[in-house]
Amino acid sequence: MKNTISHRVADFLKNFPPFNLLAAADLQTLSGQITIIYKEKDSPVFLENDIPHQHFYVVHKGAIALKKSNEKSMMDLCDEGDIFGLRPLMALENYKMEARAQEESILYAIPIDTFKPYAQRNNEVGDYLIASFASNTRNPYSKSHRGKLYEEGLELNPNAQNTPLLDLQKVEYSKKLVTCTENTPVKTIAEKMTANNVGAMLILRDKLPIGIITDRDLRNNIVTGKYPITVKASKIMVSPVLTFTKNLTITQAQMAMMKSDISHLCITKDGTSDSKAIGILSKHDIMVALGNNPAVLIKAIKRTKKIKSIKRIRKSIDQLLSGYLEQNIPMTLTSKIITELNDVCIKQVIKISLRKMSDKPPVKFTWLSMGSQGRSEQLLQTDQDNALVFENVPEENLKETTDYFLELAKIINKGLFDIGYAYCPAEMMASNPNWCHSLDKWKTNVTQWITNPGADEVLLSSIFFDYNVTFGDVGLADELSKHIFKTTQNYPIFYLHLASGALQNPSPTGFFRQLLLEADGEHKDSFDLKRRALMPLTDAARVLILSHSVKFVNNTAERFEKLAQLEPNNEETFLACSYATKALLKFRTKQGLLHNDSGRYIAIDKLSKEERIKLKRTFKTIKDIQELISVRFKVSNLMR
Amino acid sequence: MINFFRKKPVQYPKFWDEYVQSFEQKMPTDIEDIRFVALDTETTGFDYIHERILSIGALSLQNKTIVLSQTLELYLQQDHYNADTAKIHGILKSGGLNKVSEAEALQQLLGYLQNAVIIAHHAVFDLNMINKALERNGLPNLKNQVLDTSKLYKSTLISSNIFKKKEHYSLDELAEKFDISMKDRHTAIGDAYITAIAFLKIKSRLKEKGPLKLKDLLKIG
Repeated sequence: MKNTISHRVADFLKNFPPFNLLAAADLQTLSGQITIIYKEKDSPVFLENDIPHQHFYVVHKGAIALKKSNEKSMMDLCDEGDIFGLRPLMALENYKMEARAQEESILYAIPIDTFKPYAQRNNEVGDYLIASFASNTRNPYSKSHRGKLYEEGLELNPNAQNTPLLDLQKVEYSKKLVTCTENTPVKTIAEKMTANNVGAMLILRDKLPIGIITDRDLRNNIVTGKYPITVKASKIMVSPVLTFTKNLTITQAQMAMMKSDISHLCITKDGTSDSKAIGILSKHDIMVALGNNPAVLIKAIKRTKKIKSIKRIRKSIDQLLSGYLEQNIPMTLTSKIITELNDVCIKQVIKISLRKMSDKPPVKFTWLSMGSQGRSEQLLQTDQDNALVFENVPEENLKETTDYFLELAKIINKGLFDIGYAYCPAEMMASNPNWCHSLDKWKTNVTQWITNPGADEVLLSSIFFDYNVTFGDVGLADELSKHIFKTTQNYPIFYLHLASGALQNPSPTGFFRQLLLEADGEHKDSFDLKRRALMPLTDAARVLILSHSVKFVNNTAERFEKLAQLEPNNEETFLACSYATKALLKFRTKQGLLHNDSGRYIAIDKLSKEERIKLKRTFKTIKDIQELISVRFKVSNLMR
Repeated sequence: MINFFRKKPVQYPKFWDEYVQSFEQKMPTDIEDIRFVALDTETTGFDYIHERILSIGALSLQNKTIVLSQTLELYLQQDHYNADTAKIHGILKSGGLNKVSEAEALQQLLGYLQNAVIIAHHAVFDLNMINKALERNGLPNLKNQVLDTSKLYKSTLISSNIFKKKEHYSLDELAEKFDISMKDRHTAIGDAYITAIAFLKIKSRLKEKGPLKLKDLLKIG
């Protein structure tokens, strides 16, 4: 019987080893026996010491984290096409680590009984399995156990988790070679290096590497005037090239570079210079592999050409974040660095998306991040909130222009989704025709919100007015901000509405000074940190700063600091608010990293006494600022 | 005494009786134990009086799992044919597919469905098509409980006076929002697969608001 879905599964599997080694007909039969499993975020696939399932697993969509349950850190992260949970089935023993969905995932469960005969019959498949069990790497961002289907070593070396074996990992080199011949003029070489954004050019003769030219060689030989820019590559190239096999470990590579004082190595097929060059390895690649340095990460993000690679780098941003929190790095600095990294990721997504469009943008445009990303408070990934403003165009071009930007926004929104920003459930995204307008249309909309403030308009303003330029022309956003300030000054009643909106969430302690907990739903009996503690502060800062017409200070803590300068008589209250905001943000981020979610809901009974006192201390501040607002904007009790 | 006025009870084929009998089983209380069947039909057109079913695709879903060896993919022999819709579903009137009669298809479908809860996108249409076919073959309507992914999806969106939800959401829109591959779109089984995955993702979104029971889902759509 025809089975379209198993064709689809086979089509996916054939791209990944060892399934690519199977005959098409065999793969088809195997696929017909597969079970497709959907895993919600955080749900387990199997637990440590569980008896083995009848299946092993291939990740189709999403990501699965493997870890020992008594360890905090992850052993391995499997994504699209990765196999896990095979070794226990082969070795007939219980699972040695737990597998849990890091994000919402779809898995293909492959029955071991059906698969085994293929592995036994097909030597290549068997070889692959043995090789990948024995070897140790594919992804430089995971711990040293990457790619091990067999989880051996864990017991041989009980200290394995504590010793960073990372250095002995094989390196991830760049497989995309940028090359030329020995007769190429250096001007062309420099142009090519710039276009490809690389720091070195490999010189080939008959596909064999004979020399290398790096940024440094260009500086030393050309810029100094030693040679003209028309000189041939052979004149200045460093020759011979140091060549290695692809099994080089990070430590070996570092040693080689240090010894010869060079920054690039060439990877060839058999490791000698007499075989075909297959890749190039730079000092930078090694630094990325070693990891956690924001500057290196930013460079790595800027070099990506695919959305998928950004997603992988994002994982190390989270590692960096949890490291900062553990080391108690000041929150202001932490949030600056992480926001900057997030920002670079989003910018790169937009750049890649622009390349996917068939034409250049017809007019200037600005990509605005709204909500927490706009306020530079987004440490963990949440929903996306964004909007697009483009330059005014003549009426007859409006439709065409709007269509262009909607299409672009759609690609960008999808890209952001792919790197982990969920779609906004209220569709506040630039791909929504309501959030993608010309400057004039935005002005009209904003005026409408300010002059007729109902509950929705106040909500919209509070989301929108925290915008920040992520990409594109700053002038457009500047003009829009000017317009907002002018209009709000003419309609002071708007402040009253915004202020009453800010007071909608009551101070977090109830009548008996108990924490207000959620009454129903999945988060019953937990504390909604966002709604009850962070939002009142954010809303308060917004209305106050807006009433002072201060532009481009979007971060809530910074807004309070600015307010403290502007109103010395309230300095103490505002500084307390700034401190409370940072404390709560840190709290939320820690909780989020702990539970792999947005950190919004906190189980109070899981907190330590100290944490609880800290949390409660911020509530007094919230109460103070709410009182200040209610008096200043004369929000009567009737309006609340 | 024989009552001459009482209608002779209609004799239905054995497979119908077996289908009806399956409903005597009580529905499991835990939603993960309930068997769902995601279903889609490709038809010659949209008018269910004149148009006919060309293909039925179904896969069953239990505890978030789809077993590929237990899917149903039927192609039906029909005299009625509409060249306009062929562009969409790509099923030729006399293509190389192994086709069965409508009666045979219905028998297989009922045997497959049993008392499962049906999930379909814009379910009313598929159900009407199937019920009309049952009627043509002298059988009553389907007895299964039905969920519509279009309505379920709508309930996951936040709306306000400014963001109006749309009246209908197409399967394409769902596939896009949930990042489900559109490969095999417009084959009955391909659409059933997209519907099934979308259902699982919607269910997980709805669960965030509180523990989920079948009756809650049925209330939404």
